[in-house]
Amino acid sequence: MKRNLLTMALLGSTVLGSAAAADVTLTIESWRNDDLTLWQDKIIPVFEAANPGIKVKFTPSAPAEYNAVLNAKLDAGSAGDLITCRPFDTSLQLYEAGNLADLSDLGGMANFSDVAKSAWQTDDGSASFCVPMASVIHGFIYNKEAFDEVGVSVPQTEAEFFAALDAFKEDGSYLPMAMGTNDQWEAATMGYQNIGPNYWKGEEGRLALISGEQSLTDEAWVAPYQTLAKWNAYLGDGFEAQTYPDSQNIFTLGRAAIYPAGSWEITGFNAQAEFEMGAFKPPVMNSGDTCYISDHTDIAMGLNAASPNAEAARTFLDWMGTAEFAEIYANALPGFFSLSSHDIPMQDPLAQEFVSWRGECESTIRSTYQILSRGTPNLENDTWNASAQVIKGAETPEDAAARLQAGLATWYAPQQ
Amino acid sequence: MGGIMKFPKIKWHIIVFLAPAVLVYTAIMIFPLFNTLRLALYVEVDQMRVFAGLENFRRLFGDPIWADQFWNSLGNNLWFFVVHMLVQNPIGIALAAILSHPRLRFAALYRSAIFIPTILSFVIVGFAWKLILSPIWGIAPDMLDAVGLKSLYAPWLGKEEYALTTLALISVWQFVGIPLMLIYAALLSIPEEILEAGEVDGITGSSAFWKIKLPLILPSIGIISILTFVGNFNAFDLIYTAQGALAGPNFSTDILGTFMYRTFFGFQLQLGDPHMGSAIATAMFGIILIGICIYLFGIQTRLRRYQF
Repeated sequence: MKRNLLTMALLGSTVLGSAAAADVTLTIESWRNDDLTLWQDKIIPVFEAANPGIKVKFTPSAPAEYNAVLNAKLDAGSAGDLITCRPFDTSLQLYEAGNLADLSDLGGMANFSDVAKSAWQTDDGSASFCVPMASVIHGFIYNKEAFDEVGVSVPQTEAEFFAALDAFKEDGSYLPMAMGTNDQWEAATMGYQNIGPNYWKGEEGRLALISGEQSLTDEAWVAPYQTLAKWNAYLGDGFEAQTYPDSQNIFTLGRAAIYPAGSWEITGFNAQAEFEMGAFKPPVMNSGDTCYISDHTDIAMGLNAASPNAEAARTFLDWMGTAEFAEIYANALPGFFSLSSHDIPMQDPLAQEFVSWRGECESTIRSTYQILSRGTPNLENDTWNASAQVIKGAETPEDAAARLQAGLATWYAPQQ
Repeated sequence: MGGIMKFPKIKWHIIVFLAPAVLVYTAIMIFPLFNTLRLALYVEVDQMRVFAGLENFRRLFGDPIWADQFWNSLGNNLWFFVVHMLVQNPIGIALAAILSHPRLRFAALYRSAIFIPTILSFVIVGFAWKLILSPIWGIAPDMLDAVGLKSLYAPWLGKEEYALTTLALISVWQFVGIPLMLIYAALLSIPEEILEAGEVDGITGSSAFWKIKLPLILPSIGIISILTFVGNFNAFDLIYTAQGALAGPNFSTDILGTFMYRTFFGFQLQLGDPHMGSAIATAMFGIILIGICIYLFGIQTRLRRYQF
């Protein structure tokens, strides 16, 4: 398959090369520099073969600098034709500034559900400005060999989860859980946002927080911090200075039993780990409870309103709504799950495990992303800090929640 | 003179020779500086840039959300500077005094070895030290273990109380070569006759350093202090590479540079605010300006200079 695509790419480039003068070249801005080869070898050749006359260039920048770089390029008028969209306000602001074109009338948009589109719409839902690409699902990845060796079964409830961690701690041959607080976002994203939806009941709690019916000091929002505080005992020595790559390496080297994860890890872990891995969803309180998962809309593609090649770019965006694109993307990047309504067969067992939860549980997105991180202080960034502080034991769950609530209330009227 | 008033002739060659430097400096330093100062006086309302006078400064110093961060980062920055003054500069001077000893062998080798970290990229220094100090892969815990002092080890970069000092010491390790070189050059320029004259009067060894050399290199020490001050209050790279823009743990390593970066360019879901960022940059400029003025008018004019 890969060779075929490569041949096609080579053929395509020779054929198109001769007609280069009339070609339109589309440039894609992205933060996914990990995906460079995927775009160059798999996605772009297929598109170019089907659309002679349009060439596509994928030009990613570093994830941490993407927003700043993109804004600078847009201001200077040197940004690419296609712009990879971060979810919610970052992109909404670009749309409101007139940098992203309205794509509501694009044919391919019909292939996405309203939830999928919600991350790239105006607050009233009247205009969509990015074509949704993928979401990521949170859960826990575990080392199957370690579980067999120590004789632990996959936990379904919170009590079983901590019993499993205790068993690994007692056994001593594996670190119970690989996570550090140095980079802070692990604690918030893989900790709080991972286990949280089971406490605040997914969308129900998230929307109630936005409308002001619930507050961050309510039981449902403090309880996940109380659980996180208990994780402290199961992390490695010096976890305070353990970075995200450290955690990844500890797990893939087979030193740890459980890794609080996002599905985006799958590709990297498949390449690194030499043991069999499995995944389990965030444990529920009592067996039989409805489970909630964070199925977070993460990445989309929009059109630079100032693009001179708008027609060609719309052709490309339209193609991104097809089953063909969804299948290439979802299978080349297991762990980034297509948001389109096409039924995409997936080959990777770990990715299948993650995506199967969509059928069993209620999906929600990360609680801090929509609207609530619009002001200063920024709720998402504060949540990073609070989660890390709580896991380290430097702040009590109640104090952390009270601090977040006070910060949110300074600028968000429904919470005042 | 002959009593005739001569109209001063315009010296064109001076203008021609100065022009490239002046133009380049104006374009890439002076203009951006004043534009940043100007930007600090605006706010953005509904995608429009609106003049707001000192509103940004009022918020920066008056609103607890901003003021707490500002004073926290200023305090951290001061500590960062104090560590450099107390550790980097004395060590630099001591090393220079040792290296300038005429009978020291391999002086050139030591000099290069100590200076090399200075030319390394911050990214390399930050990454290398993070690895050295890492609780998981680092050699620091193993080395302490080997001498039986494992109990002294802590994940320093992850602890609120140690992280900033640790980073300051890493920075000292990187930049100790600068005071070393400047003092070394100053020591070498002290004429032999003076030292010999001192010897005749019975001043030798360490008292020659304290009584003759140190007073003669005081102006250089002053220059080093001001370079350290400016460098520290503009620092950003090391903290950013080692701890990220949120300057963890719990903002304990947040200095003015990281605070400004986070505000100006935004971070994660926090959108960038160039106007507030400029206000912080202006405050940094003011702090550095005040520091330099204190040095220039308060200290430098009192330093006694000797001519040989």
